[in-house]
Amino acid sequence: MISLTDDKKKKQSESERLSRRKFIKNSGYAVGGLAVGGVIGSVIPWDTEDKAAPQTNNKNNKTTNFTHALMNFSQAEFKMVDAATERIFPEDENGPGAKELGVAYYIDHQLAGSYGLNARDYMQPPFFNGEKVQGYQGRLRRKEIFRIALKEMQSYSQKKYKKGFISLTEEEQNAILTDFAEDKVKLMTVSPSGFFDLLRSMTLEGVYSDPLYSGNKDMDGWRMRNYPGNQMSYTDIIEEDFKDIPPKSLREHM
Amino acid sequence: MVKKLPKTDVVVVGVGWGGGIIAAELTKQGLNVVGLERGQERHTEDYYMVHDELRYAVRYELMQDLSKETLTFRSNSKMRALPMRQYGSFLMGTGLGGAGIHWNGQTFRFLPYDFNIRSATIERYGKNKIPADMTIQDWGITYDEIEPYYDKFEKMAGISGEENPLGGKRSSAYPTKPMKHSPPMKMFKKATEKLNYHPYTIPSANLSESYENPDGIARAACQYCGYCERFGCEYGAKADPVVTVIPVAAKTGKFDLRTHSWVRRVLHNGEKATGVLYTDVTTGEEIEQPADVVVLTSYVFNNARLLLNSKIGQPYDPSTGEGVIGKNYAYQVVKGGATGYFDDQKFNNFAGAGALGMVIDDFNGDNFDHSNLDFIHGGYLSLTQTGLRPIQNNPIPSDSPTWGKEFKKNSLNYINKTLSIGAMGASLPYKQHYLDLDPTYTDTFGDPIIRMTYDFKEQDRQLAKFTAKKSSEIMKEMGASKVDSMKELGPYNITTYQSTHNTGGVIMGADSKTSAVNNYLQMWDMDNLFVVGASAFPHNGGYNPTDTVGALAYRAAEGIIKYSKNGEKLA
Ligand SMILES: Cc1cc2nc3c(=O)[nH]c(=O)nc-3n(C[C@H](O)[C@H](O)[C@H](O)COP(=O)(O)OP(=O)(O)OC[C@H]3O[C@@H](n4cnc5c(N)ncnc54)[C@H](O)[C@@H]3O)c2cc1C
Ligand code: SF4
Repeated sequence: MISLTDDKKKKQSESERLSRRKFIKNSGYAVGGLAVGGVIGSVIPWDTEDKAAPQTNNKNNKTTNFTHALMNFSQAEFKMVDAATERIFPEDENGPGAKELGVAYYIDHQLAGSYGLNARDYMQPPFFNGEKVQGYQGRLRRKEIFRIALKEMQSYSQKKYKKGFISLTEEEQNAILTDFAEDKVKLMTVSPSGFFDLLRSMTLEGVYSDPLYSGNKDMDGWRMRNYPGNQMSYTDIIEEDFKDIPPKSLREHM
Repeated sequence: MVKKLPKTDVVVVGVGWGGGIIAAELTKQGLNVVGLERGQERHTEDYYMVHDELRYAVRYELMQDLSKETLTFRSNSKMRALPMRQYGSFLMGTGLGGAGIHWNGQTFRFLPYDFNIRSATIERYGKNKIPADMTIQDWGITYDEIEPYYDKFEKMAGISGEENPLGGKRSSAYPTKPMKHSPPMKMFKKATEKLNYHPYTIPSANLSESYENPDGIARAACQYCGYCERFGCEYGAKADPVVTVIPVAAKTGKFDLRTHSWVRRVLHNGEKATGVLYTDVTTGEEIEQPADVVVLTSYVFNNARLLLNSKIGQPYDPSTGEGVIGKNYAYQVVKGGATGYFDDQKFNNFAGAGALGMVIDDFNGDNFDHSNLDFIHGGYLSLTQTGLRPIQNNPIPSDSPTWGKEFKKNSLNYINKTLSIGAMGASLPYKQHYLDLDPTYTDTFGDPIIRMTYDFKEQDRQLAKFTAKKSSEIMKEMGASKVDSMKELGPYNITTYQSTHNTGGVIMGADSKTSAVNNYLQMWDMDNLFVVGASAFPHNGGYNPTDTVGALAYRAAEGIIKYSKNGEKLA
């Protein structure tokens, strides 16, 4: 007797086998008759059993996203980042904005790890103020910059509008962010434009990195700009005019 | 206590293109070679999840860990040099294969003019054409002399290409046919032909077809996957040391490769190098590896740094212009390009390969008349299609907002409607531009790091303006609805990526007073020490450097083999 799950598994591995065969065919045709086992052989998925479900993007099939929890921000900080990133990359007629794409979760997770701790940056003293052409010379790490700058943003918002950042209108939030971006706020702690640039670049990362990092929900960031994500080969289209190819993520390789 | 190992014939410091080529050539001739590489082992299998822009291109997965070692930078000697704390302008490689793993594969020969730049410039324009503090010099080798070594590198790597109509003479055609032409490449070709220029396909180390090289190494064709520059190739289609020269060395049984081995000093008795001292970074143990011949292949910065920290050769002094180690640091002038926005056309900008593109050399070297220009040399202009990945590529017209509603709308609209022409401007050396040891900052072991003193000069500003103008004209001819291009070069800034084409510091030449190594890259001051890499370039040409690095490595290998037979100075 075959159980329902077994049956599903069978179907699943069948479809994977097909897609793998397609991949092998693709590269096989490029390899020609040459024996290049060590190279191509190594990247062809070696194990066809017991794999993750094939990729689907069924919007109605809402599953819990267990990565949407916090490992760095407080709830209040999270809400500010959620609101601020939405202003940088807002929802519009093209599709979702930062909020819906999970950008604030992405930033939270990044700050908790090596990037937030500047683990691969040179952080040895002595620290001196430098020229602009010499780049960042501060002793604060990104995680600390966010903590301090969000506090500063909140108090600037209180000072300017007598309200917290998340209670402001979109226009008011934009005005606050503009003041940071253009160094119109005078702070003793962090560089306002330095923080804004970091926030902006992390917003784009959260919109466009592989969904494996908790942003770019359902690959919708990619879909909005016709970016196909992780594809093994463009040999067939490189000489052609524009082609809209549905995106795939790295999950495809599991 | 330092552990002392048995002596070997040759020890190679750093196993990228330079180290890999030296190891393959020497072991094939029966010499025993120890290869010391500070980073980790690498395999094609590592790249199974490589289509990850964040990890590889934005977080620099494959590059040197700056927390352990960086360099310091200042624009001039009046400024305090400060560490490059985060990546920007250039990206140093580490680990087996070095930067050869994550390069693009654009594989150009320098022009005949480059090798005798000083005499050729004087001959055509007179002495006054060269500014007093510009320290260009002839290389001590001619194009004809280096040609066979270019040929060797190109056959080993399987370079795909067609002849450069304005380049030096070739002894044989490229081993594989040119890459495919995408629609934007066709547009560039048509426009530049119409303007009476001489377009050709960029010579590419991303194979256009499957290929077996003279060492019997077979590789597959490129898939135009769009994850090439800053990534390793999961197909082995991009020539890198791990899929070409390193297996050849390994097969001889004479190559003893040790990864996680960080070399800190070249040991010597004043006249000869006796070996190297390194730290096994997995255990912290200090180890001495004695050798008959020492070869430094640790990239521009560490080639200079190891010599300075080991007190070999005379350090360069910018106030007198005397001394050679650290002299003639040069870079590249790449900002003089143009971007075109096409309202009614869409391109597959997401697809591409690291070395896919078309190029012209009409404004490179001395291929055009400089009599009425305020600069010498030039650069190539190219249209490349390397795969525009979404985090790093959000082209918008120059006068539009960089965040918010308008930004989103523009960036989504323009991403597949934007094309760029890039310039690879030559960079010429100056008396004030050099490398030395930083007096304050150190690496993870407490050894002084390199200090770079460098800025753009009037020559660079004029050159960039010129190439920007020519690029814009081509872009207009291609039919762009709107063209943006560089207005002013501005000062050199270490925070924005330009190119990893650093050169100089241990330069070659015909005279031991003005150069550190001869044309076999053998130290004038120490016969059994060879220093290989772009550190040997007396200036940087209007091209990417690696074909020339590879050619010089083959030349050095030949010299080392000769030297180990008769023990004499080679030049
Ligand atoms: C993103 C990118 C794109 C590029 N694209 C192109 C291109 O299209 N065309 C082109 O011509 N060039 C390109 N380049 C440049 C090219 O990668 C280099 O010219 C080339 O790899 C240099 O080879 P190398 O062997 O001299 O140095 P590297 O490849 O840097 O190798 C040096 C090795 O030495 C090791 N090392 C350093 N110090 C020590 C030490 N103390 N002890 C032990 N080991 C040490 C390093 O870990 C490294 O592995 C590109 C570079 C980058 C980063
Ligand atoms: S573009 Fe070609 S050479 Fe580059 S990584 Fe992809 S398949 Fe390899």
